[in-house]
Amino acid sequence: MTPAIQIEQVHKSFGALQALKGVDLTIEQGEFFALLGPNGAGKSTLINLLSGLLRPSSGRLSVMGHDVVGAYRVARQLLGVVPQELVFDPFFSVREMLRFQAGYFGLGRENDAWIDEVIESLGLTDKAHTNMRRLSGGMKRRALIAQALAHKPPVLVLDEPTAGVDVELRQMLWAFIQRLNREGHTIILTTHYLEEAEALCTRVAMLKQGEIVALDSTENLLNRVPGKKLRLKLAPAQLPPSLTAMLRGQEGDTVTLALGAASQVEFVFAELRAAAIRVEDMQLIEADLEDVFMEIVRA
Amino acid sequence: MIGIWTLFKKEILRFWKVSFQTVAAPVITALLYLLIFSHVLESHVQVYPGISYTAFLIPGLMMMSLLQNSFANSSSSLIQAKVMGNIVFLLLTPLAYWEIFLAFLAAAIIRGLVVGLSVWLVALCYVTLPVAHPFMMLAFAILGGGMLGALGIIAGIWAEKFDQMAAFQNFIIMPLSFLSGVFYSIHSLPPFWQKVSHLNPFFYMIDGFRYGFFGIGDIDPVISLSVVAVSFLLLSGVTLQLLKSGYKLRG
Repeated sequence: MTPAIQIEQVHKSFGALQALKGVDLTIEQGEFFALLGPNGAGKSTLINLLSGLLRPSSGRLSVMGHDVVGAYRVARQLLGVVPQELVFDPFFSVREMLRFQAGYFGLGRENDAWIDEVIESLGLTDKAHTNMRRLSGGMKRRALIAQALAHKPPVLVLDEPTAGVDVELRQMLWAFIQRLNREGHTIILTTHYLEEAEALCTRVAMLKQGEIVALDSTENLLNRVPGKKLRLKLAPAQLPPSLTAMLRGQEGDTVTLALGAASQVEFVFAELRAAAIRVEDMQLIEADLEDVFMEIVRA
Repeated sequence: MIGIWTLFKKEILRFWKVSFQTVAAPVITALLYLLIFSHVLESHVQVYPGISYTAFLIPGLMMMSLLQNSFANSSSSLIQAKVMGNIVFLLLTPLAYWEIFLAFLAAAIIRGLVVGLSVWLVALCYVTLPVAHPFMMLAFAILGGGMLGALGIIAGIWAEKFDQMAAFQNFIIMPLSFLSGVFYSIHSLPPFWQKVSHLNPFFYMIDGFRYGFFGIGDIDPVISLSVVAVSFLLLSGVTLQLLKSGYKLRG
């Protein structure tokens, strides 16, 4: 099967700044894929290259097998992009805007039913005739997603879709996007909320300074950080020397230790007992994507 | 074809929704010029024999309004979309650069024609104009609107802020349109300024357009039409090249 997205040796420079340094990435059809990385890592640059807002300095990008430069018409037809900023056209209502957007992609009246469906699914029905200018921030965000979907693209890219969105809307958006994914859309998102990527995405790429530093299934990435963490409240708040190598953090009388394996718990408690240090409280914490992220970004 | 048609329709609706500002306001401005200049000069100036100064003035004002509004349509649409950021919705589409050009250009011409025609309709209250060469008149109106529409796209691509756009308008479009013979015949100017006026493409548009009404002008209308057509083609070529290269639109 043709991959949804194929990126081969893509470089992009802005003057002296090398924003992307030879990125290779393949995303299969039907994937729910996350692009993570600190600010300035090159996530948005990569998305803008895919969508044709930027042109690569070198390398090749394709959407469903169609080159984004050479066959840009087909490539753009297959791609929907939700931009990061809340941009909107102040002259038109939500429905007008969506019809225009579909029209730019060559779709006429026959597409109106789909537009109504998108409006309804995103809870925009009450606002369909409201001018874009009058919408609240959350509503504008929904309208942006609707705009990206107006031409029914099989591949949907969301650049920080939940930035500045309240919990309720965030959950509603994710439920909707998950539904799209189940219906066969390939979803690619960038996010700062690692727990979102962890909960939703099957595969993750981490970018750092214009390079992919990790690319794996969410599960494998989580397994990469050895074991779990143990958080202990101690009295007195001091660790025996045998345990200091495991120390990952300390706040007041609470220490966080990294465990290579769950069985190490016994060793920790034995050492503490031997040193006559009392454990007043304890918590066992699973590694999450944030740990992987920190580990990789710090490396 | 649906893509280009949609963009054209959107550009038309964009100005039509605020027609008070985009059509009524320029008509009022033209009317004020007409009232003031004809009041002051009507009994003192006769540019062409048998044609009152008010009648002489009206085609000039029509054309000036047409040109300024064709420019305003494409330029304001682009600069607003760039400043607001919603230009991405256009850039993400499969529309080719020439399709974007044609849609913006056609909408700019329509806005110019609507404003020019409105000025004419209002002016009918004062003077009924003869129409000696309707096709000549229409050719100048469309080519002039097209030329300024293209110039508007260039300005819209180039400007990054509203004040840059205002500078383009105040330092290029306004002087060129005011010094083009809207209010006078260039034959009334000293020889040096007559020569300078010949370098102004707006002069040919106004003079040729006026010829369409009265069958009389400062220079041969065929020369004017050629100058306007060549200028239009040159500006269109530049605009297409800018859009194709993605200058200031795609990085």
